[in-house]
Amino acid sequence: MSQLLLDVNELTMRFGGLLAVNKVNLSVKHRQIVSIIGPNGAGKTTVFNCLSGFYIPTDGSIMFNGQQLAGLKDFQISRKGLVRTFQHVRLFSKMTVIENMLVAQHRHLNTNLFAGMLKTPSYRRLEKEAMDRAIYWLEEVNLLQHANRAAGNLAYGQQRKLEIARCMSTQPQLLLLDEPAAGLNPNETKELDQLIVRLRDEHEISILLIEHDMGLVMGISDHIYVIAQGTPLADGKPDEVKQNPDVIKAYLGES
Amino acid sequence: MTEASLYLLQQIINGLTIGSTYALIAIGYTMVYGIIGMINFAHGEIYMIGSYVSFIVITGLLAMGSFALPLVLFIALLVAMLIASTYGWTVERVAYRPLRGSNRLIALISAIGMSIFLQNYVALSQGSRDVALAPLISGSVLELGSLETFEVTLSWMQLLIWVVTLVTMTALTLFISRSRMGRACRACAEDLGMTNLLGIDTNRIISLTFVIGAALAAIAGLLLGLYYGVINPFIGFMAGLKAFTAAVLGGIGSIPGAMLGGLILGVTEALTAAYFPSEYKDVVAFGLLVTILLFRPTGILGKPEVEKV
Amino acid sequence: MRGSLYNAIFAAGITLVLACLMLGVRLGAEGTTLTVYGAGADRWEWILAGVGLVFLSQLFSTQLGRLSSRIPRPDLGALKPQDATWKVIKPWLLAALVVGLLVWPFMVSRGAVDLATLTLIYIMLGLGLNIVVGLAGLLDLGYVAFYAVGAYTYALLSEYFGFSFWACLPIAALLAAAFGFILGFPVLRLRGDYLAIVTLGFGEMIRILLNNWTSITGGPNGISGIEKPTLFGLEFSRRASEGTQTFHEFFGIDYSSGQKVIFLYLIAVLLVIVVIYLINRLMRMPIGRAWEALREDEIACRSLGLNRTVIKLSAFTLGASTAGFAGCFFAARQGFISPESFIFIESAIILAIVVLGGMGSQIGVILAAIVMTVLPELAREFSDYRMLMFGLLMVVMMRWRPEGLVPMKRPHLELK
Repeated sequence: MSQLLLDVNELTMRFGGLLAVNKVNLSVKHRQIVSIIGPNGAGKTTVFNCLSGFYIPTDGSIMFNGQQLAGLKDFQISRKGLVRTFQHVRLFSKMTVIENMLVAQHRHLNTNLFAGMLKTPSYRRLEKEAMDRAIYWLEEVNLLQHANRAAGNLAYGQQRKLEIARCMSTQPQLLLLDEPAAGLNPNETKELDQLIVRLRDEHEISILLIEHDMGLVMGISDHIYVIAQGTPLADGKPDEVKQNPDVIKAYLGES
Repeated sequence: MTEASLYLLQQIINGLTIGSTYALIAIGYTMVYGIIGMINFAHGEIYMIGSYVSFIVITGLLAMGSFALPLVLFIALLVAMLIASTYGWTVERVAYRPLRGSNRLIALISAIGMSIFLQNYVALSQGSRDVALAPLISGSVLELGSLETFEVTLSWMQLLIWVVTLVTMTALTLFISRSRMGRACRACAEDLGMTNLLGIDTNRIISLTFVIGAALAAIAGLLLGLYYGVINPFIGFMAGLKAFTAAVLGGIGSIPGAMLGGLILGVTEALTAAYFPSEYKDVVAFGLLVTILLFRPTGILGKPEVEKV
Repeated sequence: MRGSLYNAIFAAGITLVLACLMLGVRLGAEGTTLTVYGAGADRWEWILAGVGLVFLSQLFSTQLGRLSSRIPRPDLGALKPQDATWKVIKPWLLAALVVGLLVWPFMVSRGAVDLATLTLIYIMLGLGLNIVVGLAGLLDLGYVAFYAVGAYTYALLSEYFGFSFWACLPIAALLAAAFGFILGFPVLRLRGDYLAIVTLGFGEMIRILLNNWTSITGGPNGISGIEKPTLFGLEFSRRASEGTQTFHEFFGIDYSSGQKVIFLYLIAVLLVIVVIYLINRLMRMPIGRAWEALREDEIACRSLGLNRTVIKLSAFTLGASTAGFAGCFFAARQGFISPESFIFIESAIILAIVVLGGMGSQIGVILAAIVMTVLPELAREFSDYRMLMFGLLMVVMMRWRPEGLVPMKRPHLELK
């Protein structure tokens, strides 16, 4: 299990004159929870946008399972098994919960038009498998009883969970969570905490996390990267990071 | 010079003339797009209305007699700009402003509806047939060379179009770069929401871009009307399409881009018309549009858009 | 009150400026010279009445706003009975509708059947454009170009190669789809407005090409004498052409020109039913869900591995093929086509049908198509004002009821 799932080298993103991300290195192993922390505006979400293909990085390499991701389109990246959530929940709010789950599995379905028109056996089988997977994940996040409600009508915490379940139904290897605990109450945060750990331990996937809730980050992370102003500051186990004087300075300001 | 190169020279002169009027219309598209990020579908109709108003004023004043031609043209220009601007302002108020913030598709359909409405409104009030004005400005300024078969000339009308376009573009550039309002325009183009937060009345700026665009389209309406001598209520459609192509070619959102795009398109068209059946010149403009969108959607001078995730 | 008085004076002034030259004066030719006429007193009365109306409506805009909010908005969706009862009566209702559609033409005049056939063509076009605009949220302003492709496909294949109507139907649909694909591919990667203007241009270019490619398309004169469809080889004419048989001879009945009209009508009914069925399936298929998802949040779709270009392209292409389908039938019904039938106004009418009916709603589009084709026939004296009204209708609908008369309810998948 020592082979790297994700290996990011010298990732750089420049917007005109602004250096948003400067030579960031990251690595994630199989079955690992890795966090990126840093003050607001440090470039964490920009790193995510580069990894998931929404931005094309100016420089650097992103190796995922030994394949280069930099330069691929967003949808190609997520098909390789790297899927993300968003800082602001992005659900298909007028569609039902179950439909949200099925849209996510679009590429696993038989999208041949004629197969769909004629309801061929392969079309039905794949449709059923997708349905089963959707039900499985809704049960995992405790949303099955809401399956027929419009996603936009769910409570905020439930929407967050649905977004994670939706990602999981695409059968990823690496899940990128962008501030999943933002706006959750302590109970919901605890539930999220358990969910993330369960994803790693039972479902054997890796998670890359951006989070401001230090309790959550320190509790579950196997490894933490700190970036400030787009530049890597420190990395290590939670305890090491906590004691690093540079990190403390970055968070508390120069004193 | 050989006959072929003289012929080419004449086509380029003609192309630059038409191209500079395209540039004038294209600025309206580009300014509006730069600020609200939408295509002003009714812009071609504003140009057409500008043509009609200037024809009406010119004919009316000439019928009264006792006015010098330059004065007549100047008054016609002012009135056409005033009325076309009012139409531009109204289009924004009726078809765009109430829908700001709703789905883009909805605003697009509303704008298309406005365009259809204006076209048929003029067709009903002014008749849908061609209206022809006898040439007012004739003769040529200079002959650049001649052979037995034909001569290469720059006509007074072409010179007028060049001069008016040049003056207008210079004035616009100065306005945008020097004046307070111009600065506010540029700020809006950068970030509309932020500019609003800074206490600038963005509604006024948006109205202003529609008004400026309409005034420039009216100038083009007068010039092209005089140049061709014939107008009808449906000229806005093709002119709009071409000016939009010019705006995209130069890079939509960029004012120098619109000027450059207009000139390139005008010359390309003139050359096509010269060497191929002239009906196909419209097809070429469209082919050019699709080609740019395919290979360089940001145009020649446009900036790439950064998507906000 | 002072604010609204100022507003009202301002708006009235603007209206006067807008109207004074464009409505108050008219250009006309006197011999060869251009002259201007002042409009008659009656027109000025209208202008002043308009100015007054704008003044008053602005002066009392708050009161009017309050009043108009009190006007109940008819919710046509509520007319639908409860789900349980609906399930029971739906098959009966559909059966009754189909029987009605089949029997009706035998009881009315030829003109009425002909009008109904025309309406059915617009229903087909409306449903096709509805896939593009309503379901996928893409604005196609050159829809009529694909209609033209379909019509000319049949006309040319029939004229030069003697292809039959039934063989041409799928070919026309495929060819129109191919055009849609080629056009959509470069443009659908870009922002929505580009698609609108490129399709607008494309519609115009197709028309220019048809007009000028005289050697093949006949230019402005068009193509005439296009063969009518046959029923399993039976012709609907007085005398059979060589080697064939006519319908009335085969069945030993008297010839009547009405038979052909009714036959065409029945083909149209059949085609519309096929189109409705296919679109209904599409909406329940993964692609239908993907269209809606893409309309709601494109970025989320991309992050989940949906290829937006392919999904949009599928809607655009399917819409185009429906137009090709309709075009092929149109050519067969008219027997004569020319570029005049495929001008921008047609695209605008089809778009108005979709907008009025409610983007995405099939019932809405069908009702709107009926209204839009039958109403102008009933009010012929206003035919000059038709396009003016359509333009106005689009602006007004988008402002007050963008979801259309019958808002769409996509069949939502439910977990049982």
